Amino acid sequence: MPKDSTFWHLPRPEPHALAVTFGFEGAAVAARTGDTVASALLAAGHNTFRTSSVSGSARGPFCMMGACFECLVEIDGISNRQACMIQVRAGMIVRRMVGARSLVGDAGDV
Amino acid sequence: MSEIIDIAVIGAGPAGLAAASVTAQHGLTVVLLDEQPAAGGQIYRAIGSADAHLQDILGRDYAAGRTLLNILDQPAIDYRAGATVWNLTAQGNISYSLGGSARTLSARHVIVCTGALERPMPFPGWTVPGVMTAGAGQILLKSSELIPPAPTLLAGNGPLLFLVAAQYLRAGHRPAAIVETTPWRNYGAALGALPGALRANSYLRKGWALLAEIKRGRLPHYRAAKNLRALGTAHVEALEFRAGGRQRRIPCASLLIHSGIVPNIQISRALDLDHSWDPAQRCWRPRLGAWGETSLETISIAGDGASIGGAEAALHCGRLAALHAAWRLGAIESHAEITRLAKGERKALAVHHAARPFLDLLYAPPRAFLDPPDETIVCRCEEVSAGAIRGYAELGCLGPNQTKAFGRPGMGPCQGRYCGLSVAEIIAAARGIPLENVGYYRVRPPIKPVTLGEVSALSG
Amino acid sequence: MVKHETEIAVIGGGLVGMAVAFGLRRRGRDVTLFDEGDHAFRAARGNFGLIWVQGKGATLPDYTRWTRYSAAKWPDFAQQLGAETGIDLELSQPGGFDIFLNDTEAEAAVGRLDRLRAAVGGDYPFEFVEPARLRDMIPEVGPAVVGAIHCPEDGHVNPLYLLRALTAAFLQAGGVFENGASVMKIEPQLGAFTIHHTRPWHAGKIVLCAGLGNTELAPMLGLQAAIRPERGQILVTERIRPFLKYPTIQIRQTGEGALQIGASQEDVGLDDGTSAPVISEIANRACQIFPLLEQVRMVRCWAALRVMSADGCPIYQRSQTHPGATLVNCHSGVTLAAAHASALAAWIDGAAAPELLESFSAKRFDVLASSAA
Repeated sequence: MPKDSTFWHLPRPEPHALAVTFGFEGAAVAARTGDTVASALLAAGHNTFRTSSVSGSARGPFCMMGACFECLVEIDGISNRQACMIQVRAGMIVRRMVGARSLVGDAGDV
Repeated sequence: MSEIIDIAVIGAGPAGLAAASVTAQHGLTVVLLDEQPAAGGQIYRAIGSADAHLQDILGRDYAAGRTLLNILDQPAIDYRAGATVWNLTAQGNISYSLGGSARTLSARHVIVCTGALERPMPFPGWTVPGVMTAGAGQILLKSSELIPPAPTLLAGNGPLLFLVAAQYLRAGHRPAAIVETTPWRNYGAALGALPGALRANSYLRKGWALLAEIKRGRLPHYRAAKNLRALGTAHVEALEFRAGGRQRRIPCASLLIHSGIVPNIQISRALDLDHSWDPAQRCWRPRLGAWGETSLETISIAGDGASIGGAEAALHCGRLAALHAAWRLGAIESHAEITRLAKGERKALAVHHAARPFLDLLYAPPRAFLDPPDETIVCRCEEVSAGAIRGYAELGCLGPNQTKAFGRPGMGPCQGRYCGLSVAEIIAAARGIPLENVGYYRVRPPIKPVTLGEVSALSG
Repeated sequence: MVKHETEIAVIGGGLVGMAVAFGLRRRGRDVTLFDEGDHAFRAARGNFGLIWVQGKGATLPDYTRWTRYSAAKWPDFAQQLGAETGIDLELSQPGGFDIFLNDTEAEAAVGRLDRLRAAVGGDYPFEFVEPARLRDMIPEVGPAVVGAIHCPEDGHVNPLYLLRALTAAFLQAGGVFENGASVMKIEPQLGAFTIHHTRPWHAGKIVLCAGLGNTELAPMLGLQAAIRPERGQILVTERIRPFLKYPTIQIRQTGEGALQIGASQEDVGLDDGTSAPVISEIANRACQIFPLLEQVRMVRCWAALRVMSADGCPIYQRSQTHPGATLVNCHSGVTLAAAHASALAAWIDGAAAPELLESFSAKRFDVLASSAA
């Protein structure tokens, strides 16, 4: 059953295995093979993917089709990747984008 | 260094798949480029992996798309998934990004099938996490079998909104309400187009059935809603609106919005093609010939990217563009031959188009989203408000380009996809002139952002 | 004043026209500025934003002096505009660099500046900076860089906000802005001028600041605009946390954090489209200067047409046959904005102005032509 503001999977007699584990902000996230980073994060209850580089406001996925650039996260050290366009892979390290990227690519370090 | 091929098709939705199929059948070398990991476009997302249970929820129209994927079995089609096109020249040279590296392609003819986008629907609070397009909700359902957190509200107007509501009901998730924004006057206006739409009665029957399904689901359904405002800062918490003469506030943990779809004109604009303003669909469309051909010999456009017609119409348009390209490249001898082959496609298209005037009038976007309150963020990327845009109009900005120069709307990574129409509408309203006189952003490559490393590799 | 009559008409609402119009308005003149629509070539929208001293005036020493004069006036100018409009122009004049990837280029550039220094009598600030010292100032510079020329008077500003601020200040000061159409015809009549815009206007004096548009308008007033378009393409990246405080001639970081990257020169007539080969070349150079840029994304490109005179220096010319008509053309609308809004406006207004302005008359092209013959 859903909790708070988490997306939840369609109930199935045999649920799809959550076979892929990756890291988000220090926590482990279990996802299904073929999920995008965006759908996996939403299913794990993470709604804020970044804080805007203009005002610091919280932003999350909006179009889910790679057109709006709201779902930007850092993946394996590379900044500003569209989470909805990238499939999860075991061991991925995902972090929120906090404002603008740095030149060296870290999302959060100055 | 650059590959040279006969046909490049950009976009593997229904139009692109159909175009690739027909060109390949006529012996041409075809490369099909699509930025998603699997074919089907948006409408047939995950069609290859959706099982019977999910197909039941999504409905028969979705399930019918499955056979389209068989097109990819044709050996003559070189299908490249995960390919993001960032440049297309009038001569048919394509720069694209695949697996993080730069690639180029030279095609003797290019068929652009990049589909549609949701019309921007700006209102106060729409940028808060938890507010998404109805299309986004549907993609999450199709690709990942995900249901949004309850309470879920659906707000806006247009067939997709009702389809998503019905799909959630079938999945056992009852949205808290539909907040429909269709103004009352639209019903009267649409009535006149109803007789014409009866030719395409399958659309009407499906629409009627959807509405009946939603009614059976006992969804609270507010009509002619106005003054939408989403509340919450870290996450959406409620939707305020006015309907039935009363101010309302409904708590929600997810808010899906929709105000129709419009052609994705990034590529056609970047090519500096002529566009015409479609007052019925309230959008810009590239000016095309009867075969989807443009004023550039090498380029054709098919599907919702040409004009909104839906998935089945897109198939026919894709085939027409393919026939024309095949003839142009000499794979089909005579124009009389392609005219003959096109007859069935055109007949079918006419039926699909018959419903459009009715649908366009019924679901014409309410003025409120075209001319939102001052505090509304209109350019999401650069956080430029409607009030700021009105200020630039007062400073003498006559159109979106000078406005962009003064205040930055359209300069962010979405490249104006989610603000171009709104900015133009606001300026048109501020100046009291028709929108087609205001124009649109000057669009240039890159069609999608691309790393400097990849760009520089092309000259290395 | 009767409707559709104005004391001074300024044709062209880009950086040159707006600075001149603002300057004239501040002098108490009744000014109407005429501009076209949303799709104008508008060199002002393609401007890099440099307030650039180094290298200016290699062909004309007075241009060196005029440039330094304007650069020195910029802080007061920005402060004044900021106070009047509330718009922060993001002015920064920390000194700038021209960065080199090969020794031949570097040596040639140093040679040019040595000659320029001699031509202005020795008072000219620049120095060649070796890579090690350059990296002290800009650590991100890559191994392919062989050095740079530093000029302490170089700087940059937000060129789009500059135009916006000038426009706002002009309107606030009571200037009249007539836009939405090209001026197709100007008729001199009895010592005054009739301007055919959306409707006819009458002006006592007229200043042509229409950039490339001056080519057609100038002959109507006994003037000649010896200019040609030169295309420059620019690419802009996603926003990056501030790291580059110094502007360079190829790359600068804007106030929002995006990098603006040029520089190119092409002779393509009136074509302001971008082209993949040039953009690729620009990106290539940028990645050699700053290798970390390889992972940074470009989000947009644009091109604009510089308004180039034969020697690259401004043209300030009073009409001999039609007194009251003046031509202004230059390609450094940002650097010279401070001077245009003050000293040049005074000169146009017939007041005392720096003598060196006489060096920018179009007569010098006759001299060039006859010496070439």
